Amino acid sequence: MKLNRTVLALAISAAILSGCSEDEKEASLTDGTQNAASGINDASTRGLRNGSGLSGSEMNASGMYPNAGIGPEFSDPNNPLSKSTIYFMLDSSQVQDDFVPVIAAHAQYLVAHPGQRVVMEGHGDERGSREYNIALGEQRAKSVASMMKVQGVADGQLEIVSYGEEKPASLGHDEASWELNRRVELVYQGK
Amino acid sequence: MSFLKRILLIGLIGFYVPSSYAEMTIEITEGIESALPISVVPFAMQGASGVPVDVSFVVDADLGRSGYFKTLDKQSMPAKPSTAEAIQFKDWQALGQNYMVIGQVVEDHGQYNVQFQLFDVYKGQQIMGYRMVSSAGDLRRTAHHISDLIFEKLTGKKGVFSGRIAYITSSRQGTQSTHKLQVSDADGFNAQTIASSVEPLMSPAWSPDGRKIAYVSFEKKSAAVYIQTLATGERVRVAEFPGINGAPSWSPDGAKLALTLSKDGNPDIFVLNLVTRSLTKLTRSFAIDTEPTWSPDGSSIVFTSDRGGKPQLYIMSSQGGDERRLTFSGNYNARASFSPDGRSIAMVHGNGSDYRIAVMDLATKAVNVITDGRSDESPSFAPNGSMILYASRKGSAGYLSAVSLDGKMQQKLVFDSNEIREPAWSP
Repeated sequence: MKLNRTVLALAISAAILSGCSEDEKEASLTDGTQNAASGINDASTRGLRNGSGLSGSEMNASGMYPNAGIGPEFSDPNNPLSKSTIYFMLDSSQVQDDFVPVIAAHAQYLVAHPGQRVVMEGHGDERGSREYNIALGEQRAKSVASMMKVQGVADGQLEIVSYGEEKPASLGHDEASWELNRRVELVYQGK
Repeated sequence: MSFLKRILLIGLIGFYVPSSYAEMTIEITEGIESALPISVVPFAMQGASGVPVDVSFVVDADLGRSGYFKTLDKQSMPAKPSTAEAIQFKDWQALGQNYMVIGQVVEDHGQYNVQFQLFDVYKGQQIMGYRMVSSAGDLRRTAHHISDLIFEKLTGKKGVFSGRIAYITSSRQGTQSTHKLQVSDADGFNAQTIASSVEPLMSPAWSPDGRKIAYVSFEKKSAAVYIQTLATGERVRVAEFPGINGAPSWSPDGAKLALTLSKDGNPDIFVLNLVTRSLTKLTRSFAIDTEPTWSPDGSSIVFTSDRGGKPQLYIMSSQGGDERRLTFSGNYNARASFSPDGRSIAMVHGNGSDYRIAVMDLATKAVNVITDGRSDESPSFAPNGSMILYASRKGSAGYLSAVSLDGKMQQKLVFDSNEIREPAWSP
């Protein structure tokens, strides 16, 4: 009797397993309705990225000016608009004094260009738990956003997304990298 | 005292290589002194086209890896009997063996008849014997099942060898990242990618029946929570509100999902009824509330909150209300995971600059730090409650590790991916 149960259990698990491997061939998520829009399909997303030519994280990785495509002032090293990353202290979402002028410059630009939208990506370093870091990243982005709103930027111009520790700017595992990863990136949206 | 034992699985597995299996080695870095000596004699194999999986090798590896057994290497075996009559028990007694396993795998029209017997070497008696039929593709699972049967018989604890684990991997090529949600056998074999994205994937959580996984995906450049059915690959988006959609945790009856949403301004714990799709807000603090986890009896939810200044664990009724702080030692306690018996919780415990896995006894509130890494995270209990799987890192290499509740037994699971994290042991 016990043997029968064993065989049954094996048969069930076999059914589940073979189901999995069939799906795998179809590049994981094949819910037709979602797939096209979702961008989870590697190929389509890759195309999108190359085509847009303006993705904050991509260009940031090469140390360039990620918002250069928006206007010449964003790649002028003497203009605070060329700075698009705000850094934070450990476990803190308080904006440090050094970055107040940078945020003010972006706020002024956005007030002057009410049609321009910016995504504020909040990030954290790798220490501690991942979902807590998502929350911390959001708090950081919100501190920057609230400073901008005080300076007149409209709600509709600002979008917040937190990636926590999931998209590090620096791949090291030391204090130097962690400092670079506790940040908010301002990613202007193309026209 | 600890003994070091290495089991290299790579290269020894013959012809059966699944399309996307993760190369993995397992090292037992610390084991218990009372490990039981057991000999798993190579099974006799008969088949015209060969037997694609060395079943006895998989059983040997499972038992050895558990830390509860010390297996005898093949070279030291005095003979390779495959029938009870052929066993000279005295020879095995002389080698200090308590138990031995023999068996046969016989091919029959593309199916395999697998039989094994477990003996008490001192009494010269059979303890257990089974015969089962398996297809070629299921031989590894059959082997894990044999390990479970032997383990339970000899330790009294349920085996976890035929369970599975889900985890996230990341790889980079130039500026392009690929994030994968994978599911493998408990020993890392048969890894299958169930979701893949250039944007991050996070927080896999098994449904209580083991058929579905809830997870967070940033594929649309914002967070959403999905539930995917493993057998069909079908998935449903269950939360896509403005802001954070994260930290899914199933209720024990599988009917509800606790999660973190920041749609009302700051991160709070909500419960989504998966049947009616109604959403109930459980916490209303002005601080961060996240990482809910359901107690196995369904009565309460433990979560992380920084309402006291630093992240600490709190407990509340699963209906909301009656919120109480649980942790007081250490400046950082987060990402709780309940033991299957509901008596203890594992957590990420930060003290100074180190983040380690700690276990709290809920009755006594005593906290015991059981790992010694610098950035250990994402604890997940084995379904029998004997081990905790977690993610760790040494230098640039991320890996998964399993530790016994007292911290005395440690296994390191090294996959071919250097960025592997968020392990979740299937129910």
